[in-house]
Amino acid sequence: MPTNILMPALSPTMTEGNLAKWHKQEGDTIEPGDILAEIETDKATMEVEAVDEGILGKIVIPDGTEGVQVNDVIGVIVAEGEDASVETPAAAVAAPATVPAELKSIAATTPVPPQASVPVESDYAGETVSMTIREALRDAMAEEMRADDRVFLMGEEVAEYEGAYKVSQGLLDEFGDKRVIDTPITEHGFTGVGIGAAFMGLRPIVEFMTFNFAMQAMDQLVNSAAKTNYMSGGQMGCPIVFRGANGAASRVGAQHSQCFASWYAHIPGLKVVSPWSAADSKGLLKSAIRDLNPIIFLENEMLYGSSFDVPTDPEWVVPIGKAKVVREGSDVTITAFSIMVGKALEAAEALSAEGIEAEVIDLRTIRPLDTETIVNSVQKTNRLVSVEEGWPFAGIGAEISATIMEQAFDWLDAPVGRVTAVDVPLPYAANLEALALPKADNIITAAKAVCYRN
Amino acid sequence: MLLIRRFEERAGQLYGMGLIGGFCHLYIGQEAVVVGMQAAITENDALITSYRDHGHMLACGMDPKGVMAELTGRSGGYSRGKGGSMHMFSTEKNFFGGHGIVGAQVSIGTGLAFAQRYKDDGNITLAYFGDGASNQGQVHESFNMAALWKLPVVYVIENNRYGMGTSVQRASATEDLSQLGAHRGIFGVQVDGMDVEAVKEAGEMAAAKCRAGDGPVILEMMTYRYRGHSMSDPANYRSKEEVAKVRDEQDPISNLKGRLLKQKVLSEDEFKKIDKELRDIVAEAAEFAQNSPEPDPSELYTDVLVEA
Repeated sequence: MPTNILMPALSPTMTEGNLAKWHKQEGDTIEPGDILAEIETDKATMEVEAVDEGILGKIVIPDGTEGVQVNDVIGVIVAEGEDASVETPAAAVAAPATVPAELKSIAATTPVPPQASVPVESDYAGETVSMTIREALRDAMAEEMRADDRVFLMGEEVAEYEGAYKVSQGLLDEFGDKRVIDTPITEHGFTGVGIGAAFMGLRPIVEFMTFNFAMQAMDQLVNSAAKTNYMSGGQMGCPIVFRGANGAASRVGAQHSQCFASWYAHIPGLKVVSPWSAADSKGLLKSAIRDLNPIIFLENEMLYGSSFDVPTDPEWVVPIGKAKVVREGSDVTITAFSIMVGKALEAAEALSAEGIEAEVIDLRTIRPLDTETIVNSVQKTNRLVSVEEGWPFAGIGAEISATIMEQAFDWLDAPVGRVTAVDVPLPYAANLEALALPKADNIITAAKAVCYRN
Repeated sequence: MLLIRRFEERAGQLYGMGLIGGFCHLYIGQEAVVVGMQAAITENDALITSYRDHGHMLACGMDPKGVMAELTGRSGGYSRGKGGSMHMFSTEKNFFGGHGIVGAQVSIGTGLAFAQRYKDDGNITLAYFGDGASNQGQVHESFNMAALWKLPVVYVIENNRYGMGTSVQRASATEDLSQLGAHRGIFGVQVDGMDVEAVKEAGEMAAAKCRAGDGPVILEMMTYRYRGHSMSDPANYRSKEEVAKVRDEQDPISNLKGRLLKQKVLSEDEFKKIDKELRDIVAEAAEFAQNSPEPDPSELYTDVLVEA
């Protein structure tokens, strides 16, 4: 049966081209791989190779023809003794549509994708013990490593040095160097190694000394960890935790002082957690280690030494995706995460003295964001102030503002207020650094503004 | 090798018909590398590669229908149409992708070997990458960690002489890529990547070293791609004579066929029969890939996260 040779496309956007030259003549014998013709566009010249064997029965489009449409029949290959009359051109195959129009409109009006249901945090009435966040994180890792031998910790200085910030104290002694692994200072490489280990069925915890250095590994975090489950049609998830200090420390300058919450929260396929209290640090890290997805776990160096009461039950965990009302109030809602929760509570006490009762929500998880808890609170207080240590542009506050505008517009009595870092690289000088980072005073001012009080 | 050749020819044809979109990187010319290497390992060993990945998938036994249907972006594809030419995976066949960022698969492949060592299961990983990737920072970071921890990984450098349009001579300060790990004590050797038997022999040596705890190993496969870097590459950076010379003198399929005919292991008729069978398999795959439905619109939202 004769086979039509069709005008090929050199690229997905090409619709027509010129048939520059035939390399075979009618009657020539053709082997697969033989160059049949040259075609050209304004960008490139390419050769058309034969896929099938046979005889070039007919040249339909002669040398030098311009403006030949892609998929037009340019020639016919026949077997010996066959007639070379042109076959009816194959029905033009429409290129698959990308997103159906119907779906585009849904995507445009409903930016919130379906979220997994979040298990409710159980009320804990058991024994508690006071410990630092540093110890709580260590205990979370140790308990999960005891329970599951697939769990291991790798990173710079995590083993013999016991952590640059002493978070992994005692882990090398208990678990040995097979499961507590010092890496060279190669963030990009060891992040990829951790991701490969997760693909192969292990449950890595990768410590970044600070998240500032994880920028070296951003490609692996976004392109490999976050996207592979989707790209594989659900075959290959990446159960891994990336944890370490995030945000400003003290006087360490611009390159070592940055909040990455909004960067990672932008990425579908990642979950982003950033706790404040020791109990939540422990309960959320345990949930993160058990989770089947890649988790960005943002800690804060300034908080490592802070003490809180922590449940002693090793089965107590905090669900990812659930915010917590840490102070009830009726006049204004303040959302915050990580170190800013403490500042927000400090502000709330001062506001209370002036007759403003603030409700403080610790977001705890940035992605997926617990919008419901924020909306419920705003429906009660009608006012919202978002607090974060990061920059304002496209920050977490910007996202919360948009979400509340979409979902609670009718309940708002004032525009949403944002408290953020000043929009500059963090300066070294003590006075300038203090001016750049959000303080309780900034939160008080913002809360009063949305309450229309001076 | 012939299956890969025929598959890729057909993929190029489907691309020309607009049925395959975006990027499509053909493996024609390099077939002996993956076929020889896969013949040197067991089915429990892992492999991972870059975006020039169709040959690797066929060589590890993935179904041509599922691969071709992924190229056409259909629901019958290995990633249900959501990955495309560069992003396919088969956990069943221990094929870990299909990665689109040059060099990223080398770190991940090192991690696969890390997990094999951790589990102590005796398996090894083949991490394939090109001469272009061999200059990436994370590749050298991976060499360091693999050597430091003696991981069971074979780094298979498919040196096809050009990283996209830049020749090795213009991109690398050394042309002997097999020695890129030498200063870290990684054994490396250059192999005729156009000779499937030479590849298999080198692969067996490297696999044995890795299994004995003497990994990692670097194998630099001297090979060549006949087609452009991707479909839209006019290949002006090399002469037609250069391509034709390699095709005529070094083609892995023609040369093996010639040897087998000479040794009377294979007759011309038997070869034709095999070729016909493979063409039928590829035709069937192309048919399936054109008739498999597009993914359901609801698939847009699935697989973003793993649900517990």
